[in-house]
Amino acid sequence: MRTSLFITCYNDTLFPETGRAVVRLLERLGVTLDFHPRQTCCGQMHANTGFRGEAFSQAKRFVRLYQDAETVVIPSSSCVAMIRDQYPGLFEELGNESLRKDFAALVPRVYELSEFLIDKLGIEDVGATFTHRVVYHASCHGVRALQLGERPYKLMARVRGLDLATLPNVDRCCGFGGTFSVKNAEVSSAMMTAKLQDVLATKAEYCTALDNSCLMHLGGAMHREYAGMKTIHLAQILASTEADSEDNRMEAAL
Amino acid sequence: MTHANSERVCLDPRFAPPFPQVAEQMLRNPQLRKNVGHAIDVIQTKRGKLVVEKTDWQELRSAASAIRAHALDNLGVYLEEFEARCTAAGGHVHWAADAADARQIILGLLREENATEVIKIKTMTSAEIQLNPFLQAAGVNVYETDLAEIILQLGEGEPSHIVVPALHINRSQVREIFARTMGLNNLSDDPKELTNAARTYLRQKFLTVPTAISGANFLVAETGTVAIVESEGNGRMCLTLPRAMISLVGIEKVLPRFQDLEVMLQLLARSATGERMNPYTSLWSGVTPGDGPQRFHVVLLDNGRSSILAKNKERQTLKCIRCAACMNTCPVYRQTGGHAYGSVYPGPIGAILTPQLMQMKHAQSLPYASSLCGACYEVCPVKINIPEVLLELRSQVVNQERKQAGRFFDLMYLGLRIANLIFATAWGFHAAQRMGRIGLRFFTRKDGWIHSLPSLGAKWTQTRDLRGLPKQTFHQWWAERAKEGK
Repeated sequence: MRTSLFITCYNDTLFPETGRAVVRLLERLGVTLDFHPRQTCCGQMHANTGFRGEAFSQAKRFVRLYQDAETVVIPSSSCVAMIRDQYPGLFEELGNESLRKDFAALVPRVYELSEFLIDKLGIEDVGATFTHRVVYHASCHGVRALQLGERPYKLMARVRGLDLATLPNVDRCCGFGGTFSVKNAEVSSAMMTAKLQDVLATKAEYCTALDNSCLMHLGGAMHREYAGMKTIHLAQILASTEADSEDNRMEAAL
Repeated sequence: MTHANSERVCLDPRFAPPFPQVAEQMLRNPQLRKNVGHAIDVIQTKRGKLVVEKTDWQELRSAASAIRAHALDNLGVYLEEFEARCTAAGGHVHWAADAADARQIILGLLREENATEVIKIKTMTSAEIQLNPFLQAAGVNVYETDLAEIILQLGEGEPSHIVVPALHINRSQVREIFARTMGLNNLSDDPKELTNAARTYLRQKFLTVPTAISGANFLVAETGTVAIVESEGNGRMCLTLPRAMISLVGIEKVLPRFQDLEVMLQLLARSATGERMNPYTSLWSGVTPGDGPQRFHVVLLDNGRSSILAKNKERQTLKCIRCAACMNTCPVYRQTGGHAYGSVYPGPIGAILTPQLMQMKHAQSLPYASSLCGACYEVCPVKINIPEVLLELRSQVVNQERKQAGRFFDLMYLGLRIANLIFATAWGFHAAQRMGRIGLRFFTRKDGWIHSLPSLGAKWTQTRDLRGLPKQTFHQWWAERAKEGK
């Protein structure tokens, strides 16, 4: 199996450890990886703020870079949702026939990480060990746009040592919302506080998700409040193994 | 005790302050937060149980969506059919192009009735056209008869929800309003006692005021029928005792066939109040001699609706049946309540409906009053893709604003224009990452975290830290690894 990574702009810049974990995980499972060095951004920030023309340029760039890929894996639910839900409208309005055709051919080969593991590779047990209490934040795009459903839970159930806490109101938004977190910073913060009350009450050590954008928001608040909980992308949990050196596990937990 | 509505709110979108500004005030009000959270939790829990028991819920949603879409696609046909049937049954149909038009028509009809008083069934459409203050100024005393509307009218408050307009007020606040305005000093906050006080107040109005105003939940083209669903029976009283009835109805409310009510009524009560069926459903067609109002008028209100109808993506906004399930599930509404939206239509549906009714000339902050979480679309009984319309409206706002000279140096606009240049090439992206790392070094503490940023960044760091940029990006790591020959 050969797959191309689309690591996304903010993971590349802010959360390279997530990308490294995806590489470690997928290579361990026997997947051959490509990384296109010219990749930048899916265009979600522009599209969600109303900058449709700019979002279109980035959408087009994505299709042109990846149209020949066998499969594409993206460790960010909201970026996958952007591609599936918003690209068709952008291309309908601003694209030409060839772009629409290439996109239609590419989009069935684009996978969110947990989809790729479960649907494409058919693997639930990725051979991971992570001996911590963990709470999973389902994220709006994961729950509603991608309908990830049981996939992440199936993966976590097979991680040795992982003690999964139940999160009340699991499908409720954490309040990040991209530029919403800045344009409506106060409401965003109130939503975050409500989410943190539920998350912290689980007494987990780590809060995980398949989207670092929610985690940047929640983790930023946890750090500010000395909450004693850290955020970690699920890829990093799935990449951790018993055989890993303590250093590697420490990196996974960063 | 500060009473319920000591903070003045403006629900006229032309004058209301932007959403974030009012929202911030609302977030600071613990009583409001508690009241709103409690009320929507109760409704949501009830709704959840009733949705699960309907095994055909998704099919019902699809059917309702198709019925509403079809009605809108053929709106002219069905409105004329309604007019013809209603007229044949002894009703009178009036067409109002805008709010001022509707107000004048209604005042004219009241003058014909020599009415100095009027009783009302809850109607958000009348709030949309600001009917009550207009009639009061014209010398007609208006009496609301829905319990929540009485609370708001007597307490001089504004609605914060379209189904439960006084949801932001709790019963001790209701007690205070009733005791003060009805002169009942010994009133307790026992719901039974409060309801009895309202009942006594209302009974006298029902028996003495011969003219009524209503809205409508649905119009049925096939039969010329008007439908109202309600919980308290005040509507039934208004539909039987008065001599004259005026129903103000948005043109989008029409259904093609009587049979369509079967689908709609199953969805509406479950979505709105978490009941299998609402206690009172009133259907009437024109005038029945010797029974109920003998003079009946329908005022069909456009007020911006036909311009929404003309637009492909936005048209679905008009499918709304005003159940409020979207606001009950909305994580933004849950925190702010309804007044922050500066419109009688709050929540996700308000965020798309209000700016469109205002022809995108006002309320431009509303399409941004959402984290795009999609919970509204998930619960909508007629499948309005609210996030899709929000995005469409955001792009319209951007297209308007970016032409304004003052916006050129607006940080959000500047930032997004620069970001677009950065993302256009790998070279630009990587250069920006390097510059960002240098620029942010100054703000990054020894622990590797940023606690405070200037300007727009302060909006982030006012409540959250930000991890400083790691030394190596993913693509640098990948390149290094490739060089090492892994």
